[in-house]
Amino acid sequence: MNAGIPIQFFLILATLMFFVGVYGFLSRRNLITILMSLELVLNSVNINFMAFNRYLFPHKMEGMFFSLFIIAVVAAEAAVAIAIILNIYRRFTTINVEDVDEMKY
Amino acid sequence: MNILTFFVVIPVLTITGIILVKDIKRVKLVASIGMGLQLLLAALLVVLYIMQRRAGNTEEMLFIKDFVWFKSLNIHFALGVDGISVAMIALTSVVVFAGVFASWEMAFLTKEFFVSLILLATGVFGFFISIDLFTMFLFYELAVIPMYLLIGVWGSGPKEYSAMKLTLMLMGASAILFVGILGIYFHSAPDGEPLTFNILRISNYVIPIQAQRVFFPMTFVGFGVLGALFPFHTWSPDGHSSAPTAVSMLHAGVLMKLGGYGAFRVAIFLMPEAAKEMSWIFIILTSISVIYGAFGAMVQKDLKYINAYSSVSHCGLVLFAILMMNKTAMTGAVLQMISHGLMTALFFALIGMIYGRTHTRLINEMGGLMKIIPFLSVCYVIAGLASLGLPGLSGFVAEMTIFVGAFQHPDLFHRITTIIAITSIVITAVYILRVIAILLLGPSRDNQYEHMNDAKWYEKISTVILIACVAAIGLAPFWLSSMIGTSMQPVIDKILAVNPF
Amino acid sequence: MINFTYTVWILIIPFIMFIFLGLAGHKIGPKLSGLLGTGALAVITALSYITAYKYFFATPKAGDVFKAILAANTTWLQFTDKLHIDIGVLVDPISVMMLIVVTTVSFMVHIYSTGYMKGEKGYERYFAFLSLFSFSMLGLVVAPNIFQMYIFWELVGVSSYLLIGFYYEKPSAVAASKKAFIVTRFADLGFLIGILLLSFHTKTFDFITLTDPSGPAIAQAGGASFLGLSVITWSMIFVYLGGAGKSAMFPFHIWLPDAMEGPTPVSALIHAATMVVAGVYLVARMFPVYSLAAPVALKVVAYVGGFSSLFAAIIACTQTDIKRVLAYSTISQIGYMMLALGVSGYGGHEGLGYMASMFHLFTHALFKALLFLGAGAIIHAVHTNLMTEMGGLRKYLPITHLTFLIACLTIAGIPPFSGFFSKDEILAAAFQSNKILFAVEYAVAGLTAFYMFRLYFNIFWGKETQYQHTPHEAPFSMTIPLIILALGAVFAGWIPFNKLVTSDGQAFESSIEWGVAIPSILIGVLGIFVAMVMYRKENNIPERLAATFKNTYKLAYHKFYIDEFYLFVTKKIIFRYISEPIAWFDRHIIDGTMNSIATVTQVVSFRIRKFQSGQLQQYAFVFISGAVLLAVLMIYIWYW
Repeated sequence: MNAGIPIQFFLILATLMFFVGVYGFLSRRNLITILMSLELVLNSVNINFMAFNRYLFPHKMEGMFFSLFIIAVVAAEAAVAIAIILNIYRRFTTINVEDVDEMKY
Repeated sequence: MNILTFFVVIPVLTITGIILVKDIKRVKLVASIGMGLQLLLAALLVVLYIMQRRAGNTEEMLFIKDFVWFKSLNIHFALGVDGISVAMIALTSVVVFAGVFASWEMAFLTKEFFVSLILLATGVFGFFISIDLFTMFLFYELAVIPMYLLIGVWGSGPKEYSAMKLTLMLMGASAILFVGILGIYFHSAPDGEPLTFNILRISNYVIPIQAQRVFFPMTFVGFGVLGALFPFHTWSPDGHSSAPTAVSMLHAGVLMKLGGYGAFRVAIFLMPEAAKEMSWIFIILTSISVIYGAFGAMVQKDLKYINAYSSVSHCGLVLFAILMMNKTAMTGAVLQMISHGLMTALFFALIGMIYGRTHTRLINEMGGLMKIIPFLSVCYVIAGLASLGLPGLSGFVAEMTIFVGAFQHPDLFHRITTIIAITSIVITAVYILRVIAILLLGPSRDNQYEHMNDAKWYEKISTVILIACVAAIGLAPFWLSSMIGTSMQPVIDKILAVNPF
Repeated sequence: MINFTYTVWILIIPFIMFIFLGLAGHKIGPKLSGLLGTGALAVITALSYITAYKYFFATPKAGDVFKAILAANTTWLQFTDKLHIDIGVLVDPISVMMLIVVTTVSFMVHIYSTGYMKGEKGYERYFAFLSLFSFSMLGLVVAPNIFQMYIFWELVGVSSYLLIGFYYEKPSAVAASKKAFIVTRFADLGFLIGILLLSFHTKTFDFITLTDPSGPAIAQAGGASFLGLSVITWSMIFVYLGGAGKSAMFPFHIWLPDAMEGPTPVSALIHAATMVVAGVYLVARMFPVYSLAAPVALKVVAYVGGFSSLFAAIIACTQTDIKRVLAYSTISQIGYMMLALGVSGYGGHEGLGYMASMFHLFTHALFKALLFLGAGAIIHAVHTNLMTEMGGLRKYLPITHLTFLIACLTIAGIPPFSGFFSKDEILAAAFQSNKILFAVEYAVAGLTAFYMFRLYFNIFWGKETQYQHTPHEAPFSMTIPLIILALGAVFAGWIPFNKLVTSDGQAFESSIEWGVAIPSILIGVLGIFVAMVMYRKENNIPERLAATFKNTYKLAYHKFYIDEFYLFVTKKIIFRYISEPIAWFDRHIIDGTMNSIATVTQVVSFRIRKFQSGQLQQYAFVFISGAVLLAVLMIYIWYW
């Protein structure tokens, strides 16, 4: 069904997603947006896993499992991150990452 | 149980006792009992040692005991003493004992103060009884670290600055020293045989000369910094002037001797070839030290600074004599360590007592103290006379042994530097008499001092015991000098075996 | 062989007394302290006289020679196999003679002090110090080796320091004591270097070995040389420096006049009779080495002695403080003794100068102690040191006057007093070997007579001064020593020194050289006469003379500005240009380097810590750039 799509397409998509994520991670100031950018980065990795699994080892499932694991971990991580963000908000009444620099020298 | 282990056990027990008791009075009681026991133990050690030697025991080290501590690196807790370390232990126990009494009036965090003080003493005792380089270094560090707290917490003046400076310089030196010690360790045995930290074992093996050339300066400078080697001595004036009385006593009296002892026991004893080659650099540095410290002391205004510079001069003489590498001069070096330890402890004790009464240490703010506090003043004069090398007190014995020994060196260079060092006796006289004249003699300068009390009983204990030792060595030096000299013989034999003059 | 082991008690007794009086003096009170101190001295004086009798008259001589006997010896400190300091007692002619001198004068001074110091604060301390001094001086005298001598040399130095500074609340006394100690200490540095040089080449400290004419020191006379002089010569010059310091020879003389700040009996004991002649004694002790191995050093001794005697005599003529006049007179007389040693040869009649020097040392000790004690009695009576404030005292102080006159006649060299005999021997010795020094000594003889009688007439004659209290004669405790010493000064000249104390221990014949003696007597008489004209009655001759020779007078009055020169050297050069720069250098350069290492570290850390900004995205950026960089690097490496 997808025999016509070469693997490069998937990889390009994943790379684009990855760098969009990185860009968002570095440039956005809102912690929620940063978290979302992080999701993009992780999901680009998921796409890579899936694509390589499919194209290189079609009879095996490791790539899939790994993706599933990542999704689970990311979900947990998002929960923790949002909890932290909430706490930060309570404490600093902002979620602008530049204002949260208590841990500097 | 080996007698030497008690030297570490008693202070540890004393510390425990101090922590357990409640009020200040008991703290002092426990501390003085513990250190009194230590003093008795040291006396016992001297007696036992001499008896063993009389009985014909010619081992290089006596009371040897060896506990394996860390097998894979062959680190042992190895103990053993010869005449030199016995003498140093006796010195330490006297000074610590006097120090406890000199800090009798310590009112601020008394318990913690005594704990740190005795911890320091533990380190010093451990250092002198160890014959394993690693444990030796360990005790050395143990002695240096409490110094930071003692000066930083209980000091006076710019205490944080001084404490930091002292600790950093000594730690920097320790770092170099540790490299040197490891260097010795990795060359301590021929290829294929197990490496060792044991000094006696290493001394039987000739460390390759290339390694010696690298590691001799490291160990010598490493220890030299603690022995106030020019130009690494500047921690000493600041450190001493900020330290509380007992700490100055211990530091100048005992801790600085760790430097001289270590330079002798580790640097020269284990690496005589490199020492022979490089000694000229250090001889120049130390003879500068001797003169320079004395001139520096001449214009100081603070009593403790005067003494600190005087210590630079006298400790310079110790290192100078060690570098002469002959029996007489090195015996003199050990004598000088003991003599300087006693009299400088006496000086600092007295300065502390005078400061406690006048609340100033600047000599020109005081004057005519002889009339007001005769006991302390007479003690100060005695300390001064010992320091300028008056016969009948210990300074003379030590200095003359050094000078005669150093002057017997066949090399002209050594003899000329000796003459340079000898001139210090005049300069010493100048600054000592200057202090005595301004501080103690003449008319009283300020009538607010008229009502001061003379020494209390605990101050008398502290000073009298030190003066007794100074006078005893000065009047009858023979036994001490021969005890040290006999132990010096194996060292000299080793040096002579490789460098016949 | 007679046993002299008991002589160790001569050392032990005063030492114990010093310790006892020092520790318990204030408990037992002044009276008992004085009694104990004097009693101890009486015992050792008796012991010394017994020793002298036994040594000179009861010991069988070996072939007409007085042998040195090692009465006791024990090793005190071992340096090397050969070099060790021993403490012991050496009995030989000069040590026995010095024992007599030291104990006699010390005993007299002890008795005198019980009266003079009565009621002073610190009476016990004073006697403790006197005991310390006696101990050290006797130890010096009987030293069988040069290092023991050095030890006691330092000890007499310190007892002198303590006694000069006895009135420690007086700033001038404190300064004088400090000066005395430091000047002599500086000279002792030379002594020590000399000892070390000598011991390096001879491997011994022992006097008997050193002075053995066939021993190592003398055998090495032609050995290694330095700047054209042999090592032995150099070491003997250095040793002499020590002697010159203690004996206040030019240019180390500056401490002695100031030392008069001490109590007067101390000046009599230490700074006139005993300690200051230690230098002479030292040279005499080493005399065979000087004479046989280091003639150049001996020449130095002679010329320095001659110069000092003239120099001090000139200054003495202008001083007004009676103790200072006596102090300069002491320097002058010691110069005489040094000169006598310097012109002497070794052995037989050649050794006339040596004998004369020892003879003069002996008589000088007696009459100078007498002069000082007399001066003490005067000061005690009129409470001033300045002769300008005295005059006409002969009526009030008859005994003092008489004894003082005897002493003045003795020092002026008028027969039949003892000073005549000893001075004549010195002049004869100088005449034999060195005409220049001989002429100098004639001049000094005249000057001596002049300034001593200037002193005498000013005090006892001259204008009548109104005193606040009528001066009264001193108590018996003070006059008895005066009388005893005066008897000594009169009769000591008849002691046959040429039979007893000679350079090689052998007696030789000597008689008074009238050819030398008569002119010297005439010169002495002339000096006395001039002084009488000038000072016996009140007149203006002295002022006129002083005005005529204004510059010379001023120069001499200010002691040729030597003190100012020293003050300049010490205060300006040593303190200002050596010590202070060193202290500054230490604080600012060396310590500054250490501090700047710390500062650099701190500055760098302050810079570096900015990296820890707390900005999450900055960290992430650095992290990602790093990762990308690594990736690129790896790819680069991989494909290259």
